[in-house]
Amino acid sequence: MSARRSLPWLRVPAPATVHATTNTRREFLKQLGTGGLLVVAGTVGVRRLEAASASLTAPDTSEAEAWEPHAYIRLDEDGTVTIICHRSEMGQGIRTTMPMIIADEMEADWTRCRVVQALGDEPKYGSQNTDGSTSIRDFLPKYREAGATVRALLEDSAAREWGVAPGDVVAQNGVVRHTASGRTITFGALVRTARTIPMPVAARVRVKTPVERRWEGKTMTSIDLVPMTTGTAVYGADVVLPGMKVAVIARPPVWGGTVVRVDDTLAKQVKGVERIVTIPASPMPGGFLPLGGVAVIASSTWAAMKGRDALRITWDHGPNATYDSAAYKQTLKQSVRQPGQAGRTNGNVAQALAGAARRVSAEYYMPHLSHAQLEPVVAVAHVANGKAEVWAPVQSPMDARKTVAGYLKLDVADVTVHVTLLGGGFGRKSKPDFVCEAALLSREVGAPVRVQWTREDDLRHSYLHSPAAHRLEAGLDASGTVVAWHHRSAYPAIGATFALDVKGAEPDELTNGASDVPWHVPDMQVEICPATAHTRIGWYRSVNAIHHGFAIGSFVDELARTAKKDPADFLLALLGPDRTVDLSTAGLVKPASNYGATWTDHPLDSARARRVVEAVVEQSGWHGPALPRGRGRGIAVHRSFLSYVAMVVEVEVLPDGTVLVPKATVAVDAGFIANPDRARAQMEGAIIMAMSNVLSSEVTFANGRVVQSNFRDYGVARMRAAPRDVRVHLVPSEGLPGGIGEPGVPPACGAIANAIFAATGVRVRELPVGRQLAGWPSRAGVSDAGQ
Amino acid sequence: MQHQPSLVPPTGVTMPAAITLTVNGTARQFDGDPSMPLLWFLRDDLALHGTKYGCGISQCGACTVHVNGAPVRACQRRMQTLQGATVTTIEGLHPTGAHPLQEAWRAIDVPQCGFCQSGQIMQAATLLARNAAPTDTDIDAAMNGHICRCGTYPRIRAAIKAAAEQSK
Repeated sequence: MSARRSLPWLRVPAPATVHATTNTRREFLKQLGTGGLLVVAGTVGVRRLEAASASLTAPDTSEAEAWEPHAYIRLDEDGTVTIICHRSEMGQGIRTTMPMIIADEMEADWTRCRVVQALGDEPKYGSQNTDGSTSIRDFLPKYREAGATVRALLEDSAAREWGVAPGDVVAQNGVVRHTASGRTITFGALVRTARTIPMPVAARVRVKTPVERRWEGKTMTSIDLVPMTTGTAVYGADVVLPGMKVAVIARPPVWGGTVVRVDDTLAKQVKGVERIVTIPASPMPGGFLPLGGVAVIASSTWAAMKGRDALRITWDHGPNATYDSAAYKQTLKQSVRQPGQAGRTNGNVAQALAGAARRVSAEYYMPHLSHAQLEPVVAVAHVANGKAEVWAPVQSPMDARKTVAGYLKLDVADVTVHVTLLGGGFGRKSKPDFVCEAALLSREVGAPVRVQWTREDDLRHSYLHSPAAHRLEAGLDASGTVVAWHHRSAYPAIGATFALDVKGAEPDELTNGASDVPWHVPDMQVEICPATAHTRIGWYRSVNAIHHGFAIGSFVDELARTAKKDPADFLLALLGPDRTVDLSTAGLVKPASNYGATWTDHPLDSARARRVVEAVVEQSGWHGPALPRGRGRGIAVHRSFLSYVAMVVEVEVLPDGTVLVPKATVAVDAGFIANPDRARAQMEGAIIMAMSNVLSSEVTFANGRVVQSNFRDYGVARMRAAPRDVRVHLVPSEGLPGGIGEPGVPPACGAIANAIFAATGVRVRELPVGRQLAGWPSRAGVSDAGQ
Repeated sequence: MQHQPSLVPPTGVTMPAAITLTVNGTARQFDGDPSMPLLWFLRDDLALHGTKYGCGISQCGACTVHVNGAPVRACQRRMQTLQGATVTTIEGLHPTGAHPLQEAWRAIDVPQCGFCQSGQIMQAATLLARNAAPTDTDIDAAMNGHICRCGTYPRIRAAIKAAAEQSK
């Protein structure tokens, strides 16, 4: 095996180049279409990096010599500005967005900036748990303040050097200028002075006004583009340590299962297999800890895989051996037919329903889903002399650090976690079970170990998205206005992965887009019904807002059809007059979570929902010419993660039932958007992930085991079905930022289902769509399709 | 099923000779398990990490490389079939990483997580080599074997067209 080693924390990205135009993506693509390629300024070549030395304890020399005026910022006397990204990069672009905010505020020269990935160290950096679409919405003010503080410090330093008043100098793109004389001094030349003077007092720190910003809210070329397009970007499996072994593990096929007996005779005969180690099953429910199983440790990935295949293991499958997802679907449906615990109550819904001119009800179901991020989980660990060092694609390095420490009974201070790039995360990589496996095995064999999960492992032993049943009932008055809204849902809780005897989600979990709907309906009740977990449940991008968005988005469309109204007009009427609502005092049960934000900062604002609906109606051509049979448009709006997103999706349904999405239009109000192009990219991706969720993906269980094994039977959206025309409209705003990574998926799920109805007249209430639409043109009752 | 040429050694030879092949212009030898997929030779033996493991069964395209100029899923191509072959990986696509596709990928900021993009670019390169002006339909047909869970498909289409335009 080659000894070449890649050390993520020593990697220096190619000098980032600035592409600070304000072109919209559409204008940009238009330029592409009308002539030459618009090439990003600067050289985009491959920058080969020196292979780093192999010592685990080799210090980052730049760290040793550079000075850190702030946890996120290092300055070198040579003028290099190092920005330490404390959040994990999994495709959302945080390794560009965070540095561009800081560098903008500190007036750094972007071509002299580099980005390094932080170690897991939350006392130093603040939360590193990259989930919940929180990076910008929780940290924007902190990033701005960090940059502005260092800018003020450098200005103070120049003023002192020159013996002038701080107000007479100004920082500009990597230098400080004396306004009167025009003389300048570089940031690098100021380091020596800057490190000796006090940090500026708060009153000296002034965050830029919008007109002063150079890059924030505009455009910045992503910093990892060269490594990502030349194969040099470092993901989890790309970390190689000297003497490293590779482990592949046979895990219990059923959640809670244990090893009874292992026959490893054949496995040991595989060339390259060195050790077989049994990993004990963690006490149920296990949380972030490994499932246990039998590890084959070998000199190469291939040998470890072959060795694992050759194991003969007898399992005790434990209490979940009869889990059957088809039967469980019926259990969930029964659950929502009984009253649950209220998460929101306004007025008296039973009375309002009884008095309604018309009552409409429908049930919806969504199955287990898997993240299926393209990089299967993987971790490298080296445990020696009572210390553990790991390299892994983790969303929450501090959780990884604490969990490994607890698992190996080490002090947290003796565990170091390096974060590589994540080949997709979507919530799977916020659970560090796989990191614990690598750490345990490294200690066991006395050498660095990479634990490689196969695709099959990833699909069969994940923390799956909950299957969910929903029952919605509404009352309409004689004019078709909604006067009562009654919503019940049931799904096994994420909490069941961490505590025994959890019998379903908490009422407060409904605040993820079910109980906090912005409808103007006087009598509302939203309830959660019991559901017991029989496999590991976890966060998956957008979490329960996925099925909230599908069920609510579909039901509103069904109501519009019943009322014989245009679905967009109906949606606007349902939003009612513009108003803000503090739901913590208006219906929600306590604690009335609002994605960690206060209701004062982020009230439910129906005007923001209305504006994104109006924008998407206008920009999609919703009121344009009717589409032919087999094509249709669907609309939905959803608030989640503090952002408002409306979508119009256009589908084409082929006679064989294949669903294509030729066009999608998105309008987003997420408050201030720091990096518009990455926000657009997240919305483009959200539509495609919703296509997988709605059209293709499903994990089923039989005899406690996952039935699917790989992308052959776990369907995901591919190029052919993907939109050829995606338009993303970002509502300009200086408001407090909301999330971007997740809020696009829920409305897309509803909009796709509604577009299918418009195209075919078939209302799909159980997902995935799969083959349900095969032969749809010859079915009875399809003529009442909408537009 | 793909035909895999037999590599039974000539009479009297009990051990197969090392397999020799060219990877990114460099002659390489392999004398390990002949049934090992090319993917693990590239990743584990040569430390060419740009070629990714995504599924292991030719369903996702993340491991796409060129073998004698044709797009091949390295996870399925066994070493025993590669005697004398010329293999190009993403690291060898262009000496300075400035293939028109690589340039277009950057101009359009295609990647999100980036994990699938080596395979996507390698596949697209063989499409452009035989079709200088691919339509959406051509692109869909050529690229449908690749999975991007981040959902960069629309930008991949735009980048392929931009690169084709640039290459005119």
